[in-house]
Amino acid sequence: MSTMPSTPSTTTTTTISTVGPPSRRNTELALLAFAVILPCFAYANVGLALDGKMPSGMLGYGLGLGLLAGVGHLVVRKFAKYADPLLLPLATLLNGLGLVMIWRLDQSERLARLAKAQGFTFQASAPNQLLFSAMGIALFVAVVIFLKDHRILQRYTYISMVVALVLLVAPVFFPGKFGAKIWITVPGLGSIQPGEFAKIIIAIFFAGYLMVKRDALALASRRFMGLYLPRGRDLGPILVVWALSLMILVFETDLGSSLLFFGMFVVMLYVATERTSWIVFGLLMSAGGAAVVGSVEPHVKVRVMAWLHPFAVYDTPRPSWATTEQIAQALFAFGSGGVFGTGWGQGASDLIQFAANSDFIFASFGEELGLAGAMGLLLIYGLIVERGMRTALAARDPFGKLLATGLSAGFGIQVFVVAGGVMGLIPLTGMTMPFLAQGGSSVIANWALIAILIKISDTARRPAPAPAPSTDAEMTQVVRP
Amino acid sequence: MSELTLTVMRLGFLAVLWLFVIVAVQVIRSDLFGTRVTQRGSRRGGSDRQPQRAQQTAPPQQRQQQGGGRRADRGRRGAPTKLVVSEGTLTGTTVALQGQTISLGRAHDSTIVLDDDYASSRHARIYPDRDGQWIVEDLGSTNGTYLDRTRLTTPTPIPLGAPIRIGKTVIELRK
Repeated sequence: MSTMPSTPSTTTTTTISTVGPPSRRNTELALLAFAVILPCFAYANVGLALDGKMPSGMLGYGLGLGLLAGVGHLVVRKFAKYADPLLLPLATLLNGLGLVMIWRLDQSERLARLAKAQGFTFQASAPNQLLFSAMGIALFVAVVIFLKDHRILQRYTYISMVVALVLLVAPVFFPGKFGAKIWITVPGLGSIQPGEFAKIIIAIFFAGYLMVKRDALALASRRFMGLYLPRGRDLGPILVVWALSLMILVFETDLGSSLLFFGMFVVMLYVATERTSWIVFGLLMSAGGAAVVGSVEPHVKVRVMAWLHPFAVYDTPRPSWATTEQIAQALFAFGSGGVFGTGWGQGASDLIQFAANSDFIFASFGEELGLAGAMGLLLIYGLIVERGMRTALAARDPFGKLLATGLSAGFGIQVFVVAGGVMGLIPLTGMTMPFLAQGGSSVIANWALIAILIKISDTARRPAPAPAPSTDAEMTQVVRP
Repeated sequence: MSELTLTVMRLGFLAVLWLFVIVAVQVIRSDLFGTRVTQRGSRRGGSDRQPQRAQQTAPPQQRQQQGGGRRADRGRRGAPTKLVVSEGTLTGTTVALQGQTISLGRAHDSTIVLDDDYASSRHARIYPDRDGQWIVEDLGSTNGTYLDRTRLTTPTPIPLGAPIRIGKTVIELRK
């Protein structure tokens, strides 16, 4: 092989196929630079609008974000050379814009006054969030370096099931905050939201499980009215996941996680078996479950009523269930943003109070960037999901296909649940907008998710290694005349 | 700060945000476009219009490197450039043939991981011999590897487009 002639320059043009593509790392670098400059522009914009001068932390912030992005890029360049070029820049942009919005809300005097009135000191969230982003990037780097091959995860199918169940159940034993029990609080260390990590781990379990069981689920079925009805015993897993998600809904009163896990399972079941009947079953079961729980469980009932009548809180006399103005305020924020928004730093989304930078950050963006900006952000989320699905298509092993599908579907469902809740499309849930919202668990877990997608896409697009001189091949060679 | 400056910055930011989205979509578009050309070429691989089409619409594909081949082989007509899975759960998957050995089986480190109850963990392999002819060899599988209708007993050269059947999976070599 050493005498192999080098290919003449006229034949070096290659198409982009599943195998043998250019690595596209330079495209990623260019987009990444763009994704760092854009938040810096926004940062300057906030400073100019609020104080009339360039903000003092500008250089540090820009360098910080640039450094994080640069480290991520270099690690991908070294350890996942053929990874998808879009995932890292898109995630960096969202994270950067989220940081700017959180910093902008930190500057709000209204929030500071409110905190003082309630008797505690106002804490700026942006430095913490920058720290969490750095931890997220660190986890990203660790996953990209140490996860040599995503197929290793397949070995831990049932371990991940147990870990995910523990993570999902654990918050029941800790006190709830803001009406939902989704936190594990360690005194002195802070609290984490295990659901964000459970999302990734349970996707590994679903992928490993469905890869083994999908033939039984797909083929052993009777045809009835154009639908394939699965056998009773094959319904087991979907019933278990359904019951589990209902239990999350009842005991932790967390509508978001419940929707996320059930939706992710139905999507993966559909992808694994190619049977439309699972989608029909899934929709019927989730509608039925939601209807029953929504009318029985008091906390969920309040959420549903607040969703149906967001402005009832301003009625006189005020109905007893109308306890929060937030949904109405979020709608006001979107409304006052209009098409082009009020501009960075010029909105009044700090009126949503403490949740303006976490659950309702999308409303803050809707006010300051308007419909045009909100649509841009949703498109960026859409692109991340699309790249994930594309990775699933390109992957050459069923486990990788299912895992990439599950992770990107979960990401998409989460965005839908949060954005839909804030905009009043579905009842509000306690989930966080990936990358944008303030919150450590969310940002760290989502960076890990992006890292796994990057590893899968690297494996999918990486050309096969050069043929190794195999003694085995020599022994079995055909003897030619 | 004057009202005008702030308005310009506000609209400017939105413009740049959308520019980013458009640039990102452009990156994907070239990605999708490249893939689509490859697929279209492969679907019509068997038809007699193929040589013209290949020249008109897919010149890059025709020029695709065949790294493992020798100079003499590169010009040879009828040398396959890719392996296509045409039936089974992995239908549509393609692997470019670049002189490497392609292993097939249920083992996780196979080039093509078969998810098939009738496949062995190291079922078969496909590799080029010294003349650049692609050979399929059964690696002692339980249920056998079939080329057309015959069960393989020795390493056998693969004719272009001949179906290789492993369980429910059918693969073939195409130009």
